[in-house]
Amino acid sequence: MITFGKAHKFGDDINTDYIISGRHKFKTLDMDELACHVMEDLDPGFYERCRKGDFIVAGKNFGCGSSREQAPLALKAAGIAGVLAQSFARIYFRNSINNGLLALVCDTTGIENGDELEIDAGAGNIKDVTGGLEISSSPLTGVMLDILTEGGLVEYMKKHGRLTLASGGD
Amino acid sequence: MGKTISEKILSAHSGTDAVAGEIVIAELDYMMAQDGTAPLAIRSFEGMDAEGVARPERVALCIDHSAPSPLRSVSQLHAVMRDFASLHGVELNDVGEGVCHQVMLDKAHVVPGSLVIGADSHTCTYGAVNAFATGVGSTDMAAGMLSGSLWFRVPETLKITVKGKLREGVYAKDMALMMVGDITADGATYMALEIGGEAIDGLGLDGRLTISNLAVEMGAKVGLMEADAKTLDFFKGRTSARFEPVTSDPGAEYADEMEFDVTSLEPQVACPHTVDNVKALDEVAGTPVAEGLIGTCTNGRLEDLRAAAAVLRGRKVAPGVRLIVAPASREVMLRALREGLIEVFIDAGGSVMPPGCASCVGTHQGIPGDGENVISTANRNFRGRMGNPEAFIYLASPATVAASCVDGKIADPRRYIV
Ligand code: SF4
Repeated sequence: MITFGKAHKFGDDINTDYIISGRHKFKTLDMDELACHVMEDLDPGFYERCRKGDFIVAGKNFGCGSSREQAPLALKAAGIAGVLAQSFARIYFRNSINNGLLALVCDTTGIENGDELEIDAGAGNIKDVTGGLEISSSPLTGVMLDILTEGGLVEYMKKHGRLTLASGGD
Repeated sequence: MGKTISEKILSAHSGTDAVAGEIVIAELDYMMAQDGTAPLAIRSFEGMDAEGVARPERVALCIDHSAPSPLRSVSQLHAVMRDFASLHGVELNDVGEGVCHQVMLDKAHVVPGSLVIGADSHTCTYGAVNAFATGVGSTDMAAGMLSGSLWFRVPETLKITVKGKLREGVYAKDMALMMVGDITADGATYMALEIGGEAIDGLGLDGRLTISNLAVEMGAKVGLMEADAKTLDFFKGRTSARFEPVTSDPGAEYADEMEFDVTSLEPQVACPHTVDNVKALDEVAGTPVAEGLIGTCTNGRLEDLRAAAAVLRGRKVAPGVRLIVAPASREVMLRALREGLIEVFIDAGGSVMPPGCASCVGTHQGIPGDGENVISTANRNFRGRMGNPEAFIYLASPATVAASCVDGKIADPRRYIV
């Protein structure tokens, strides 16, 4: 599936406290409420500027820090279609896949804030329409791909009852 | 071929001959979630249409991040946890039991050689007692509760050897900050650490836990150490379960090896707003502080409280400074009370909180004001971490925090104890 969206550019080491602050996340499980506070400590007004289908583009170690799953969930609720980063912190990466939010590892240095992106997640192809760049990423495989394909770990477990390495991927 | 500790534990729990880079599905010995992650885990669990928890005797829920509850909405989430625990027969550690990680240790839910997940990033702490323990999200926790197992990528291992002996007034926390400063926030991403050497052998268990606690601040999955007499001593009388410590093989393959020497290490401070922004205390000495926090899963244990009390005994916190002390668990608090340490903190002008996370993550019990500097024994100093994006957080050892509260500015603890 090919999706289009604008790039919102951030730097390295964007931790989950910045994505959604602990002072909000302990209070509620209402993701629409949390979505309004996404990225606000780092970039006030982010939520207002963010449109459905947009992408976050970051440097290395995106999602480091606390294990809060509210981070990918709140991004998703804010309309973010996925995150492109040079690398992800491991718990965030798991949480993102487990909730069916795209996380692509690729070279993001050439992408500028506001660039229009065209992304083919299945093939791992990224096109920066504004900057005229074509970037490839390492596609997901194995159990991770299975979970993402099912729409997240909840759906996966509902269907299979347990994790298996058997299907798909490598 | 020789194996690392991670490869051995994950092989044993998955019934495979696993090597780094492979994905395995492994059986879990224990699972934990806290009040910031459990409500979502419960919601995910319910979404999975599960009949019940596969092994309820292997699950613990802890109310520690907002305990006692500061808000009506939080109280509702706590109620969800209590209901779930009683419905499914899983252990609930309610308000006052302490920080989840210390509760897991005190109750020996984690033992050497075991495989443990926690829906909290500092689950990596239990590596210090030779367990492969790592943080996961709420949905992973739900899948673990439902099926008793979870998928893992077998990590590569970074071997860290720490030589030398710490000088008086320099602690495990200083050693840990030195490592984070050097390795940086993502230097060990996806990797397991195996930490050893004479400086680690020389530490008590409390200090070792401090070091493994900071493993995730370098991106690591777990901070593993080998079990020795001190480790076994800790578990004596806590559990009747049989367990087998795991060592790495002589020919084990490491992604990288590093060596540190702590012989001439000075007290360290992590400066705002990243944990790897580490400086020698000298460079920031004199910075005014408005609040000090002694506690958390990093430094809320007995050795930490003793080190802080050694500085504070017979002294007073400077006017205008708030000192907050939160013992890591009920057991720690009781022992500190019996040793007279709690009296020292109260005499010095400190506020002693119930066992739990206190102001570590900005939920309650000491949110700093705008423009204020905080010196804390915790593990994170991100902007907004303690509930106010306009505050500045410095991280240091319990003795350094105590000395800084006495002086009202960042101070070297050695002036009070050496
Ligand atoms: S003490 Fe702080 S770091 Fe430790 S579990 Fe609690 S909030 Fe997290």
